[in-house]
Amino acid sequence: MRMNGDISFLKDGFRLDGRRPDELRPIKIEVGVLSRADGSCYLEMGNNKVMAAVYGPREVHPRHLQEVTRAIVRFRYNMASFSVEERKRPGPDRRSHEVSKVSREALAPVIQTSYFPRSVIDIFVEVLQADAGTRTAGINAASVALADAGIPMKSMISACAAGKVDGQIVMDPMKLEDNFGDADMPIAMTPSGEITLLQMDGNLTIREMKEGLDVAKRGCQQIYELQKAALIERYSRMGDLERCKNAESTQGIQVI
Amino acid sequence: MSDDVLSEIKKDYLYHLVLKGERTSGRSFDQYREISLETDVIKKADGSALVKLGKTQVMVGVKIQPGEPYPDTPNTGVIITNAELVPLASPCFEPGPPTEYGIELARLVDRGIRESKSLDLEALCIEPGKNVWIVFIDVHILDDCGNIMDASSLGAIAALMTATVPAEQYNLGEDFPLPVRDIPVATTATEFGGVFMFDPDSDEESVADTKLTVITTSDGAICGMQKSGANAMSQDHIHRIVDISCEKGMEIREKFLDV
Repeated sequence: MRMNGDISFLKDGFRLDGRRPDELRPIKIEVGVLSRADGSCYLEMGNNKVMAAVYGPREVHPRHLQEVTRAIVRFRYNMASFSVEERKRPGPDRRSHEVSKVSREALAPVIQTSYFPRSVIDIFVEVLQADAGTRTAGINAASVALADAGIPMKSMISACAAGKVDGQIVMDPMKLEDNFGDADMPIAMTPSGEITLLQMDGNLTIREMKEGLDVAKRGCQQIYELQKAALIERYSRMGDLERCKNAESTQGIQVI
Repeated sequence: MSDDVLSEIKKDYLYHLVLKGERTSGRSFDQYREISLETDVIKKADGSALVKLGKTQVMVGVKIQPGEPYPDTPNTGVIITNAELVPLASPCFEPGPPTEYGIELARLVDRGIRESKSLDLEALCIEPGKNVWIVFIDVHILDDCGNIMDASSLGAIAALMTATVPAEQYNLGEDFPLPVRDIPVATTATEFGGVFMFDPDSDEESVADTKLTVITTSDGAICGMQKSGANAMSQDHIHRIVDISCEKGMEIREKFLDV
């Protein structure tokens, strides 16, 4: 799969996977896919496949981490060993710690933590297949899972990256563009445009950076519409049999 | 913890059902929940499977890479099985190094594959003493609604059966399908209130005294067993569980794994 630096990323204005420079990869969002979690979301963004689960608000363990005036938010990003080309050793590494930290900080600003003092909201993201942009996919899934868990939020968070290949700013770079391109800049933001995550690596002029930010923001806006649509889809279904059944069995237990 | 209180109430409820010969789900004592099996779900893996056993969901990925053999078996490939009980899958799982429960699960999945001689390990030798194929079986629990043991074991063999050895990628000749000779199937029964039931859901597991996993091969022999849980099991129950395990193993094998 190794390629040299002179590979051409753009042909007749189209990218290697046939996208226009300002086009997202296909996105699929499923809400409420796990039974044990309080909220969950499965999300595909191109060849990325991620699963997010939210637990809480629940009791904090270890106790000393609890805050008297608000809930704490924890975020754990984890890659499955089989999610990447060469098997990854299981467990956290330095990269996943960093991704967890910035992802938590991307979501925490919109969570109404003051409603739940002395508790914790746990967000878990498992990357099942990775293809550049797993942190943005993870944040998008986590935001939907938080909403599915009924956690009060000021707004949703949507995340998207901009990249630079062949001197051109592109939206939502895929693996080859990320590995052999000139820059990668993931962002996360609220629908009103407040930015909660910003990272960049590579080489951009100030003008390119500003253009990239605009491109990534447009990506976020499109993703926000998809997140909203997925949630509406999930909760507009009338007579949700599964939940009725759960309610029944809970009642059954109470009767005895 | 409120969970403990709830489980006492649940235990009482389940016990009353057991006395009537019933389960909460309405299943009979040897009836499995609905099983669905999807293979080749992860393109980055050399073999993969997503198993749904009722609401339980387990993903298994197989990666195959060249590496050094063990000094005592220079001519055979290596199997390495690992299970991740990630906190996404259950409120009872915590981040951190594998727990003894996770290690037991991985070792049992491994035992089924290894002891049934399912993989032709001699065929996975590249250069004796120097280079062999290492088969990594990674079990990733996604939603633990009970009996992740049977789901993991089913996912592992299904992923192996659809796995390709990526020889071309390492300039070691042509890609070839992983040589699978036998299809071990694990079945687990849990004992509670003097009766046993197969394929326990998470409620049944949380109140169960003890459980027994029996792994059977295609010819109806047993290639692995594990009793787990701090309680005794009668010899009579063990006999009956083993008999039913073999039948259930056949059923599952025929329905999902026979090519």
